[in-house]
Amino acid sequence: MLLIPCPNCGPRDETEFHYGGQAHVAYPENPNELSDTEWSRYLFYRSNTKGTFAERWVHSTGCRQWFNMLRDTVSYDIQAIYPMGAPRPDRAGTTGAESGTASLAADSTTTGTAAPSTSGTSLSSTTAAPEGATK
Amino acid sequence: MAETAASPTPAKTPADKDLAVRTSPAGVLRDAFAAGSLAGTVEISELPFLTMVGIRAAAGSDAAQRIAAVTGGLPARSGDVAGNGDTSVLWLGPAEFLVVAPTEAHESLGGSLIQSLRDALGSDAGQVVDLSANRTTFELTGPQARSVLEKGCSLDLHPRVFKAGTAYSTEIGNIPALLWKTGEESFRVFPRASFAEFLGRWLLDGMREYASPEVP
Ligand SMILES: [Zn+2]
Repeated sequence: MLLIPCPNCGPRDETEFHYGGQAHVAYPENPNELSDTEWSRYLFYRSNTKGTFAERWVHSTGCRQWFNMLRDTVSYDIQAIYPMGAPRPDRAGTTGAESGTASLAADSTTTGTAAPSTSGTSLSSTTAAPEGATK
Repeated sequence: MAETAASPTPAKTPADKDLAVRTSPAGVLRDAFAAGSLAGTVEISELPFLTMVGIRAAAGSDAAQRIAAVTGGLPARSGDVAGNGDTSVLWLGPAEFLVVAPTEAHESLGGSLIQSLRDALGSDAGQVVDLSANRTTFELTGPQARSVLEKGCSLDLHPRVFKAGTAYSTEIGNIPALLWKTGEESFRVFPRASFAEFLGRWLLDGMREYASPEVP
């Protein structure tokens, strides 16, 4: 059982939460202009990260608020909790595209990016590079 | 029916008739609660038909301030309970609160609380919703009340953490419920109506062991 630190309520059992899937998947700016392939990629394609993964959670039986979490999918270590709409804290300054999220904020459609999913796999390669570079 | 015709007492109002026929969500457990309560150890009862009002208003907004003036404050963070006299406000979320007041505060009994809250919100963004039928209230009291709750609640209920006068939205017996510690040895548990009988029986089951002598 995970002990999840809700930003509003403090640490609570995992059973009080629901998982919301990968974070930072921006709603397409012009859905009508997407091909079926692009639309299906937005709807159904998610990265299957081994390692640090940005994901959404909601504290269903507590404050009922959504938040983002960085979690290691191997060790289950919760590395960061941050608000919906905020950029990934472990990638601050790397790319402006990361500000795009599924946030309900009024400006979320203007800051969103139509292709965030490809960046979801880049972290493991960039963070793994220094370790493997000694070979 | 015959008694109303023969009775010399004033004619019953429509509200009186409604009160006579209403059934509380855990009403079927009234006898079981009485039988399962252990005086001086742990006792359970239902406090049916409390007036409850769901509030949604952004913290710091004008509407929130007007509502706070009616309720005697709005709680600021998780666990906080605000209020004034017999009206209490439980924190449910950053912009969501539950007002709990006595039965008589309900507008069907002539109370003005809900309408005052509606007036306070006005046409601003937010909600004032009568949720009196959404949940019922269990009162669990006695020196063993905490240990009964600890069987099915993962919050730290030790008094050094869980202070009297605080309330949390959490899970008890695997169902969502609000838990309000009203005194050092008294708790109010608010299950939704559809969970009330389940949770009532669950708590009774948790109380059973205290009816027997402690096994050393
Ligand atoms: Zn929470």
